[in-house]
Amino acid sequence: MAAWVRLRAGLPTLLQECFHSNRLVGEYRKTEHAAAVKIQSWFRGCRVRAYIRYLNKMMIVIQKWWRGYRGRKHFRKMLKTAYFIMKMNFYNEMAVRIQKRWRGYYIRKYIHNYYTLKKYLEAVSLNNEIVRKELEEFAEMKEKEKEKKDLERKEKKKDHQARKMHYLLSTEQIPGVFNSPFRASPDSMELRLQKAKPLSHKHQQIKENLTQETSDFPSCTSSWTFPTVQPLPPIARQKPQGPFRDTAEVLLQRYKPLEPTLRVATSINSLEKAREEMKREEWRNRIHDNEFLPFSSCQKNQKYDPLINSSSKYGQITYGIKHFREEHHEKWVANKDFETVLPPIDLFDRHGKTYSRAGQIV
Amino acid sequence: MSQRQVLQVFEQYQRARTQFVQTVAELAARPQNIETLQNAGVMSLLRPLLLDVVPTIQQTAALALGRLANYNDDLAEAVVKGDILPQLVYSLAEQNRFYKKAAAFVLRAVGKHSPQLAQAIVDCGALDTLVICLEDFDPGVKEAASWALGYIARHNSELSQAVVDAGAVPLLVLCILEPEIALKRIAASALSDISKHSPELAQTVVDAGAIAHLAQMILNPDAKLKRQVLSALSQIAKHSVDLAEMVVEAEIFPVVLTCLKDSDEYVKKNAATLIREIAKHTPELSQLIVNAGGIAAVIDCIGNCKGNVRLPGIMMLGYVAAHSENLAMAVIISKGVPQLSICLSEEQEDHIKAAAAWALGQIGRHTPEHARAVAVINVLPVLLSLYMETESSEDLQVKTKKALKNILQKCTYLPALEPLLHDAPPNILKYVIGQFSKVLPHDSKARRLFVTSGGLKKVQEIKAEPGSLLQEYINTINNCYPEEIVRYYSPGYSEALLERVENYQPVL
Repeated sequence: MAAWVRLRAGLPTLLQECFHSNRLVGEYRKTEHAAAVKIQSWFRGCRVRAYIRYLNKMMIVIQKWWRGYRGRKHFRKMLKTAYFIMKMNFYNEMAVRIQKRWRGYYIRKYIHNYYTLKKYLEAVSLNNEIVRKELEEFAEMKEKEKEKKDLERKEKKKDHQARKMHYLLSTEQIPGVFNSPFRASPDSMELRLQKAKPLSHKHQQIKENLTQETSDFPSCTSSWTFPTVQPLPPIARQKPQGPFRDTAEVLLQRYKPLEPTLRVATSINSLEKAREEMKREEWRNRIHDNEFLPFSSCQKNQKYDPLINSSSKYGQITYGIKHFREEHHEKWVANKDFETVLPPIDLFDRHGKTYSRAGQIV
Repeated sequence: MSQRQVLQVFEQYQRARTQFVQTVAELAARPQNIETLQNAGVMSLLRPLLLDVVPTIQQTAALALGRLANYNDDLAEAVVKGDILPQLVYSLAEQNRFYKKAAAFVLRAVGKHSPQLAQAIVDCGALDTLVICLEDFDPGVKEAASWALGYIARHNSELSQAVVDAGAVPLLVLCILEPEIALKRIAASALSDISKHSPELAQTVVDAGAIAHLAQMILNPDAKLKRQVLSALSQIAKHSVDLAEMVVEAEIFPVVLTCLKDSDEYVKKNAATLIREIAKHTPELSQLIVNAGGIAAVIDCIGNCKGNVRLPGIMMLGYVAAHSENLAMAVIISKGVPQLSICLSEEQEDHIKAAAAWALGQIGRHTPEHARAVAVINVLPVLLSLYMETESSEDLQVKTKKALKNILQKCTYLPALEPLLHDAPPNILKYVIGQFSKVLPHDSKARRLFVTSGGLKKVQEIKAEPGSLLQEYINTINNCYPEEIVRYYSPGYSEALLERVENYQPVL
C-alpha cells in the first residue's frame, strides 16, 4: 500500500516530467531528423563510392587484359606481313636478277643477234642483186622480143609496099627509080622489088545471092546498107557533042547496083521452101516427140520420169543458188598453219614468242 | 491493085525503119550529135522500134539506145524512165546473139553511171538473164554480159551482193578460162569489181576458185589482161590476212615481180598495188616479199616511172618498213631511201609527196641507226621545207610533220640536225634541241663541233618560255659548257662588257 501511496504522491511530478520530456523531444525532433539524414547520406555515399571504385578497378583489369591480348595479336600479324613483304622484296629482287640475265641472254641470242641480223641483211641484199639482175634480163628479153616483132612488122610492110610498087622494077633497058645509074649500087628497095611478087588484082566481092533466103521473108535479112563508099567521080572529060546526058549521070545509071523487085527476088518454089522451113522449125522447137493425146487415160500406165538432177544419188549442189560460202570448210581447208612459200628464217620465227617454264615455245 | 504493089508498101516501110535506126545509131556514136538527137525526141521513137518485127531493126535500135545511154547519165535515166529496161530484159533471154550483145550493151551503158541506175537494172530482174547469157555459146555475148555485170557490181556492196546472189561468180570464173583474150579481160575486171567491196564478197570469189586461174594468167603477154588480173588479185588480197595468204599461196611471188618491169604503166601500177595490199597485212607477209626480193624490184620500179604509178610502190615501202625494224633495215639496204628522197623532190603532186614523207617516217622511226640512214641523204631539210611551204596541202603538212617528228626523235646524227636549228619552227625545234641535249653530255667532240659551228650561239638566241620542255633542253645543253662560253654567246653580252668598261673605276 505504501508503494501505491508513494506512487500516488509522485504522480503530479511524473506528469510534469513527462510533459517536459515530450516537449523537449518535440523541440529537437527536426534537427535530429536532419542530422540523421545527413549521417545516413554520408554513409550511404561512402558505401556506393566504395562499390563503384571497386567496379572500376575490376573493369580496368578486364580491359587491361583484353587490350593486351588484342595488341599482341595485332603485333603478331604486323610482324608476319612485314616479314612477308621483306621476303617478297627479296624474292622479287632475285627474280629480277634472274630475268635480267635470262632476257639479256635471250635477246642477244635470238632477237638482237647482231651477226645473224648482219648475215640476214647481207643475204637480203644479195638476193636483191640477183632479183635485180634477173628482172633486168627479163626486161631486156622483152625489149628484144618487141624489137624483133617491130622489125618483122616493118619488114612485112616493106614487102607489101614492094609488092605494090613492083612496076617500078628496072628492066634491062630502062633503070627503075630505085636503080639510079649515077650510083654505085642499086637501092635496097630495088633488090626487094626483084624478090617481090607483084600484087594481083583485088577480087571483086561477089554479092550474095539474095534469092536463096526466101524462107525468112518477114524478117527481111537482106540488109539494106548505107552507101558507105561513094562511087568515084568520073574523070573530067570533054562533054561529047550531041544530045547526050551528063557523063556522071550516065555512069551512075550504068553502075547502079542491081535492085531486083520483091517478085524477081522471090524464087518460084518459095512457098514450098517456106513450108519446109516451117516444118523444120516446128520440129526443132518441139520439146519431145510424143504426140499430144487428148484422153487422160492413155497416160495412166506411163511412169513418171524424175529429173536426172534430182534423182541421182549425188543430188543437186546448192552452191551458188542457196548458199554462196562454202559450208563445209573443214572439208577443203586443212587446219594446218599457213606455210610460206619460201623457207622461213630462223631468226624471225622465234621473234616475239615467249618461253614457258619448260622452255618450250608457247 | 496487084499483090506486088501491096507488098511494095511494106517493103518501103521496112526500109525506112531500117534506115532510120541505122542512121540514128551512127549519129549516136558521135558525142556532138547527141544533144540534137535528144532534143528531137529520139528516145520515144526508138522505144517502139525495140519491139519491131525485124530482128535487125531491134538490134540496131538497142545499139543506138546503148550509145545514147553511154553518153551521159541524163540519157541513161531517160532510158530507165522510158520503161525500156523490162523490154530489153524480156527479149534478152529470147533473141539471137546479136540482140543479146546489143541489149547487154544497153544495160551496161545505163548501169555504169550511178548506183541508182544500176539498182534500177537490178530491180528489172536483169541479173538473172545476164547470168544466163554468161552460159551462152557465143564469146561475144558472154563478154557483153560479164561487162554489164561488172559495171553493176562496181558501184557498191549491195549491188555486188546482188550480182553474187544471182550466181554470177562461178560462171565468171569459167569465163576466165575461155580462150578469148577479150572475154578473159572483162571477166577478170568483173571479178575485181565484185571482190573490191567487202571481205565476204572477196571470199565468195575465192571460193569459186578464181585465184588459181588468175594467178596463172599473170604471165600472159597481153598487157590489158595483165592489168585486170593484177587488179583482181589485189582487190581480193586487200581485205584480210587470210585472203592475202591465199593469194600468196597461189605462188604469185617471183612471177609478179616481172610485171614491175612491164612496158605498160598500168600493169606496173597494179602489180605494185598487189604487192602493197599483200605487204600491208602482217610482218610475215612482208617478210615473205622481202625474201623474194620484192623490195628491190619495187624500188627499181619506182625509179623507172613517174607520177601516180609510183604511189603504190612508195606506200608498199612504207608498209613494209612500218612492220618491224628488221624489215625497215631491209628497205634501207635495198637502197630504198635515196629513191624515196628522189620521189619527194621530183614529184609535183602533193599526195605522192605525202606518201613518200610517210614512208620515210616509217623507215626512220625505229632506231638511231635507221634515223641516221634517212638523215644522211639530206632528207630532213626537204621535209622541213615541205612542211613550211604554204602551198603544201594540209595532209602533206601533217604527214611531213609526223615524219620529221618520228625521225628526229631517234636521230643522233648531229651534222644532219645542225641545219634544222636555223630554219625549224618552234614545234620542230623542240625535237632537234632535245636530240642535242641527249647527245652532247656524252660526246666531247660533238660539244666542240657544236660550238664552232655556231649551234650554241643559235641555242642562246632561242626564246623559250621558262618551265617549258624546250627551256629544259636548253638548260641541259648549257650545263654541258663552262659558264663563260655560254655567256659569251648569249645575245647582248658585248653591251654588258662595254657597260662594265664604263663603270670601271681605274685604279691609280
